Amino acid sequence: MAENLIKPENLVYKKTSVMTDKVMHYCPGCGHGTAHRILAEVIDEMGIQNETIGVAPVGCSVLAYNYFDVDMTEAAHGRAPAVATGIRRVFPEKYVFTYQGDGDLAAIGTAETIHACNRGENILIVFINNGIYGMTGGQMAPTTLEGMKSSTSPRGRDIKTMGNPLKITELVAQLPGSYFVTRQSVHTPGSVRKAKRAIKKAMEYQKLNKGTCLVEIVSNCNSGWKMTPVQANKWMEENMFPFFPLGDIKVPQE
Amino acid sequence: MAKRGDIVIDIERCKGCGVCVPFCPTETIALGPEVNSKGYNYLVKVNDTCTGCTNCAVVCPDAVITVYREK
Ligand SMILES: Cc1ncc(C[n+]2csc(CCOP(=O)(O)OP(=O)(O)O)c2C)c(N)n1
Ligand code: SF4
Ligand code: SF4
Repeated sequence: MAENLIKPENLVYKKTSVMTDKVMHYCPGCGHGTAHRILAEVIDEMGIQNETIGVAPVGCSVLAYNYFDVDMTEAAHGRAPAVATGIRRVFPEKYVFTYQGDGDLAAIGTAETIHACNRGENILIVFINNGIYGMTGGQMAPTTLEGMKSSTSPRGRDIKTMGNPLKITELVAQLPGSYFVTRQSVHTPGSVRKAKRAIKKAMEYQKLNKGTCLVEIVSNCNSGWKMTPVQANKWMEENMFPFFPLGDIKVPQE
Repeated sequence: MAKRGDIVIDIERCKGCGVCVPFCPTETIALGPEVNSKGYNYLVKVNDTCTGCTNCAVVCPDAVITVYREK
């Protein structure tokens, strides 16, 4: 290399300071880390670090509060939207988000999710859908695809005995209280940039007090799926996206 | 001609997942033979062809890469 380009005036990308320096505990290649980072970047770019309050779930992201340098609290399994409701009502000037997996949001927390969205609470819900209970060992979740293997459906999900996979994001979009509902992914540079724009939009909408915004991120669980990170992202494109298609599901009618 | 860039890899944060490698348009990066203190084969620069496009940094789940591009 002829000339040293590594100097402050040439800097185009570095880890945002809204993320702490702690090394995240997530498995190599797990989309949780990417989703954390873009949410933190949005908070940074909007200059709302001191105005943001997050609610962490139960699941692999149970320790999310260690990685965001913003005020955060922990909710019991599935209860994050209820906790966020209380926080946002007490501090209506704050930006309040929940960060939840599919087991948390679409199984044990279904009631809290549906009712918070139906009441139109002015919170942002970031929903990470990896089709499985990651933290506890890859059990079947409501989002597990037909035929998809998990530790509790080792021969693949059989609709007859195990029921249908749940598109809770489409369900939420039907509710009068939801304002902006979209499905994204974070497995390529392009999809990460898009997902970040969606999170930013959702965060900005919160100031309008027009209802709940939900950003689903279809993601991988390499360990639970028993694949390498690169294989898992490919499997996700081929199998998850046809059932959970990416794109906006409900956009505000201005 | 494309602008010239460079990256800095935070070796100890890298988990060797390899997700970033196929998104480098100039084959600047690869997983190396050495491991970090956690035992991961961390990312290394194998070519001086970086254009500072930020693709690798944007897709990295662990915020490992810092990117520079000439002005
Ligand atoms: C009340 C209660 N029930 C069950 C559990 C066990 N448990 C911990 S995490 C988890 C599932 C998490 O899955 P998901 O929300 O999909 O998140 P992921 O780990 O995949 O990110 C369960 C069932 C618990 N901690 N508390
Ligand atoms: S178990 Fe799955 S969801 Fe949990 S950190 Fe690992 S890859 Fe991510
Ligand atoms: S994506 Fe990040 S953690 Fe994975 S190999 Fe590349 S630099 Fe390392």
